[in-house]
Amino acid sequence: MATVSVCQYHRGGFSFENCKRNALLEADINKLGFSSPAARKTGTTICGVVYKDGVVLGADTRATEGMVVADKNCSKIHYISPNVYCCGAGTAADTEMTTQIISSNLELHSLSTGRLPRVATANRMLKQMLFRYQGYIGAALVLGGVDSTGPQLYSIYPHGSTDKLPYVTMGSGSLAAMAVFEDRYRPNMEEEEAKRLVRDAIAAGIFNDLGSGSNIDLCVITKGKVDYLRPHDVANKKGVREDKINGRPETGNYRYKHGTTGVLTKAVTPLNLEVVEESVQTMDTS
Amino acid sequence: IVSTFNNYNDLYPDWTQTEVSTGTSIMAVEFEGGVVIGADSRTTTGAYIANRVTDKLTPIHERIFCCRSGSAADTQAIADAVTYQLGFHSIELDEAPLVQTAASLFRDMCYRYREELMAGIIVAGWDPRRGGQVYTVPVGGMMTRQPVSVGGSGSSYIYGYVDSNYRAGMSKEECLKFTAEALTLAMERDGSSGGVVRLAVISEQGVERQVILGNQLPKFSTV
Repeated sequence: MATVSVCQYHRGGFSFENCKRNALLEADINKLGFSSPAARKTGTTICGVVYKDGVVLGADTRATEGMVVADKNCSKIHYISPNVYCCGAGTAADTEMTTQIISSNLELHSLSTGRLPRVATANRMLKQMLFRYQGYIGAALVLGGVDSTGPQLYSIYPHGSTDKLPYVTMGSGSLAAMAVFEDRYRPNMEEEEAKRLVRDAIAAGIFNDLGSGSNIDLCVITKGKVDYLRPHDVANKKGVREDKINGRPETGNYRYKHGTTGVLTKAVTPLNLEVVEESVQTMDTS
Repeated sequence: IVSTFNNYNDLYPDWTQTEVSTGTSIMAVEFEGGVVIGADSRTTTGAYIANRVTDKLTPIHERIFCCRSGSAADTQAIADAVTYQLGFHSIELDEAPLVQTAASLFRDMCYRYREELMAGIIVAGWDPRRGGQVYTVPVGGMMTRQPVSVGGSGSSYIYGYVDSNYRAGMSKEECLKFTAEALTLAMERDGSSGGVVRLAVISEQGVERQVILGNQLPKFSTV
């Protein structure tokens, strides 16, 4: 029973090679007085909903490094196969690489079977890989797609457990998004209503959760068609600076109009200075 | 089992970082001609309910089911592995597998990897040789046959109810009522159990599944 896979899996259990290397690097860096870089996490609100003709996946676009926003417009909806997409929350590197590995293996599998891949197959591959790594791969995923069996939606947790449900949310903003879903979800919605629901759920995460922000990306998957709407909604537009001259933004000009501050008294003391020496040095601007 | 990776101030709440657990109340009862199995439907990550309609009654073979409690990832992985092994064994045998075989497969895995796993499983089903059987495989990997078995965090609250209300030789309907009432009581008291009650009857005729929704649960005195 040979399986065609790109990546060679280790036989038996977790490979601790990189843990040793990381521990040595950590010790070395600390000796020099620096701290190792924090893993970039996608704080995140991601969600998905099954509607009449397929699934709608949604995600925000903020990636954080500790308390700082590292990427204001990152893409969290990853391609798995033409009919299957996956939103990722947790450690950004983990979600990116995991989805790429499974996408690659699924393409090979699809060529081997001669069929369009199934969502359940992607789910199995993802859960078995994540279980093997016992939760050390911090990837929490919302997997959705349409195959010969119909539209399906799965939530996959870092330790490898999965749930097949009609609506799911993941990430730090999942509670806010789930509140919206629990209020307004109905089975067999129309496409516009489903898109509105997902958009509102992500918006709830963006505005109520610190780890989520910026724009709303949507991915509508139906039988034979995928609408990757990035961005679907620019929920947080960057403001325009006030100081403009003739319409062009003038950077660094902090001048205020005369009269902005009221003058109460004025006292002028002339300083009698003698010019002793004057020399000009030209700057080399070549 | 609690696993936390990166305590990032309060940016990522606790429930995004704890492992998913099927808090759970599960139960299985033998009767003449088959078994009745039941479970609640709550899966938690810390204090958040990740799935309120979980199906913890997992088919392993046509007439063999398992009730899962403990770590969701561990029990799903074990159940998938045993389903494969039992299916292969059944094809080799060209015969319906024994419930004891399924239970043994669970036991072998749960005992071998007992340090790494957190899984409490009740295996129940019907086979032509010995009829309806319930085997319990708790945390640690022991395996024993019992006429009635309860498991999961909610089971602590209903041992007294089960011990006092179980009688040998109950009918299918009596077993269903007994299971539904016991699980309701457990769900009432255990925070990690709740949602709906899922029931299944496994017999020679096959598997009948039913769901009892929240408002239809049996009512006991409200204190």
